[in-house]
Amino acid sequence: MSTQVAKADRRRTHYLNADFGVKSWLLTRDHKRIALLYLISVSLFFLLGGLMAVFIRLELVTPAGDFVQAGTYNRLFTMHGILMVFFFLIPSVPAVLGNFLIPLMIGAKDLAFPRINLASWYVYTIGGLFTLWAVLQGGVDTGWTFYVPFSTTYSNTYVIAVGLGIFITGFSSIMTGVNFIVTIHRMRAPGLTWFRLPLFVWAHYATSLIFILGTPVLAITILLLAAERMFHIGIFDPALGGDPVLFQHLFWFYSHPAVYIMILPTMGVMSELVTAFARKRIFGYKVMAFASVAIAILGFLVWGHHMYVSSQSPYAGMIFSVLSMLVAVPSAVKVFNWTATLYEGSVSWETPMLYALGFIGLFTIGGLTGVMLATLGIDIHVHDTYFVVAHFHYIMVGGAIMGFLGGLHFWWPKITGRLYPIFWSKFGAIVIFLGFNLTFFPQFLLGYMGMPRRYYSYPDDFQVLNVMSSAGATILGIGYLIPVIYLIWSMRYGKRASANPWGAVGLEWETHSPPPTFNFDEPPTVDHEAYEYTKRKESRVE
Amino acid sequence: MSDRFPLFPESATKLAREIDALYFTALGITAVFSLLIAVLVLYFAIRYRRRSEDEVGKPEKGGLWLEIVWSAIPLAILMGMFGWGAKIFFEARRPPSDAVAYYVTAKQWMWKFQHPDGRREINDLHVPLGQTIKLVMTSEDAIHSFFVPAFRVKMDVLPGRYTTLWFRAEKAGTFRLFCTEYCGTEHSFMRGSVVVMEPRDYEAWLGNRTLGPQRVATGEELFAQLACDTCHRSNSAAQAPILDGIFGKVEKFADGSEVLIDENYLRESILNPGAKLVEGYMAIMPTAQGRLSEEELLQLIRYLKSLGEEAPAEPETAGSSEGPAEEQGS
Ligand code: HEM
Ligand SMILES: [Cu+2]
Repeated sequence: MSTQVAKADRRRTHYLNADFGVKSWLLTRDHKRIALLYLISVSLFFLLGGLMAVFIRLELVTPAGDFVQAGTYNRLFTMHGILMVFFFLIPSVPAVLGNFLIPLMIGAKDLAFPRINLASWYVYTIGGLFTLWAVLQGGVDTGWTFYVPFSTTYSNTYVIAVGLGIFITGFSSIMTGVNFIVTIHRMRAPGLTWFRLPLFVWAHYATSLIFILGTPVLAITILLLAAERMFHIGIFDPALGGDPVLFQHLFWFYSHPAVYIMILPTMGVMSELVTAFARKRIFGYKVMAFASVAIAILGFLVWGHHMYVSSQSPYAGMIFSVLSMLVAVPSAVKVFNWTATLYEGSVSWETPMLYALGFIGLFTIGGLTGVMLATLGIDIHVHDTYFVVAHFHYIMVGGAIMGFLGGLHFWWPKITGRLYPIFWSKFGAIVIFLGFNLTFFPQFLLGYMGMPRRYYSYPDDFQVLNVMSSAGATILGIGYLIPVIYLIWSMRYGKRASANPWGAVGLEWETHSPPPTFNFDEPPTVDHEAYEYTKRKESRVE
Repeated sequence: MSDRFPLFPESATKLAREIDALYFTALGITAVFSLLIAVLVLYFAIRYRRRSEDEVGKPEKGGLWLEIVWSAIPLAILMGMFGWGAKIFFEARRPPSDAVAYYVTAKQWMWKFQHPDGRREINDLHVPLGQTIKLVMTSEDAIHSFFVPAFRVKMDVLPGRYTTLWFRAEKAGTFRLFCTEYCGTEHSFMRGSVVVMEPRDYEAWLGNRTLGPQRVATGEELFAQLACDTCHRSNSAAQAPILDGIFGKVEKFADGSEVLIDENYLRESILNPGAKLVEGYMAIMPTAQGRLSEEELLQLIRYLKSLGEEAPAEPETAGSSEGPAEEQGS
């Protein structure tokens, strides 16, 4: 790490020591403190979801369903999916890193609506606790997709309660989305035009569009589901003239764009990491910015590729397939542009960069296997098999989580004012990368062999690959614990970080680490493009 | 490859070979691009490794034309994949005209099958080699999905609707059948097999089956029981359309629309007669909703399909005195 340990200035007040006590945190309106509240919450949900993954993989070590019972297994993978998607992946990067960084990156004192920001954390937490309560009552076994009529008629678990938890949490997404959009429109520092914005900000802008356009559809879908389950009004139930496939359309109309909620912000993180550690303006800045928005918009038009064999008409399938191919183009362009940014750069292999390089590889595999799934003929065979499980873990765990960790390591000195140990952080990144591949690569093979997803027992000949996957999961689990340990350690014992330990450009590096409550000593102005690395930047403050 | 550790599924249909070819092409593209990216990323990251603390990267080169090229190439490849995939998909969704219909009723957690001659079995489906088989499928409860990896076929099985799937096995043997739509507690055990037999063996197998005691009424009996024949008599054109030979025809409706008469249409007309009214008739037909089980409904539809076929194509009528039912387990 290019350590420039700050001269200890212990008396400077910053957002962490500006105020003390539990109350000062729970009632804070500082976006940076709220980001930390979110960090704690999403980490706890990640831990719980991870614990369930451990049980899932333990069950799958042997072909017979002998570790837990079928009903328990079904609840486990359902809760694993729900916690990871709705309570970890969707909020993680936007609510933690986005919250912390957007005002800093645009030179603002805070978000546009600080109280709404705090409220969004409360709504999220209440939704989460409510969901956990429902799990303790007996959980839910429908899969995170809640397909009807199983969820409305045949499951006797806590479908409505869990649905309500997700419904409540959805409002926090909407609040965050509105807050980001207004902030980005109204509160940019003088001189910070749209095309001078960091790509991280563009990515969050695109994500916020999905938040506010998509989440209401999810809310409506959940309400319809609950109404159908309680009163059997016949929207989805064929016995009453309803249409079970309609539910799938509604569900995926939100949940497909939601996949981009999980990955777009991370793409923003990647752009920041790649430029900072190549010390070079990103290749094709404008294309990158527009690609984010294009992905967000096109992402709304491809939900039907989850339903090729659902009885949907083959012509509809064709349209969804073509559109899916179109979404793949901006994603591919992003990968090429990151790669091109490294060309003739000044590349340093710091820990965040290791995550970024790993991300590019895993995301490429995840994306290309996504193209395979979008291809009509192939999907007939691999739909709802482990091939799909492998694909979405490459995107969501290989992409979104690697990106989240990369971002966390990049901005950790800014957030805490501390550095973490170099050796352990690099070691952790490598263990995670290897564990990840061992866990999920065999699942592609299992899927093509024909192993369906959501099976707690499987034919004997699938065992070797499953054992490999479970072994990988053990390594991956340990890998995740390494950063948890040294990051917590660093908060107390880490070396003090300077304002700009990486020598990066961007307004967030021009204020103290950690920043003062209102972010900047003096309101900044901007007179240059983003990522202007023509000369080595000296930070203005120390 | 050893039995304990196979890496590739067996393949027993033409469709399987076609999907594999497309899959390997896609896999090749995936491998080439992933490797290309990986190699470039690593090469650049090493070659342009930072040498001194103060070094910065060189300003960007290339620009627009590069962006155009590397958007256009993926786009072209993707469109190729799309076209190829769509071709296979349409083939997989359109049963050839010589297909023989078998009926599938899915239920938590078993597969119930019915042969053209009315015989029934559970979880194992026996079919003759080389015959084009079309499955007409419905569910009695949740959504299920019929998946035979060796045939590379998959189709969801929905309540209240018929979906179809077809295959022509090229190899005799026993092939795995899975349910791939999560359908509740025992979803993982909703397995079965498709047994492909030499036609001679299949005939012998059919002949050898001992017929179980429970039987579902035949379609003809149901037609009489429900008093369908009071209106739909082949000699009375007055009250209702004659049903002889209508299957597969295009019917014109009172509202001017036209619909191909298939299983889904027949099902709708039986359960909800008012939904589509044939031109020139009144909405007087009573619904059979609640009076028929899924399997009886299938029998009835099978009977309607047989009307107007020249020979008594379905031996069911001949052997019906003994009853066609064979049900194990349930
Ligand atoms: C150690 C890491 C993990 C392991 C070993 C693991 C394993 C699994 C397994 C075995 C399934 C069940 C697949 C099925 O039966 O259909 C599953 C489902 C899923 N996982 Fe993970 N997982 C891990 C981490 C994650 C993470 C970090 C996320 C998200 C951030 C995630 C998201 C999901 C989702 C969305 C599903 C789908 C659930 C469903 O289809 O109902 N997983 N995972
Ligand atoms: Cu099933």
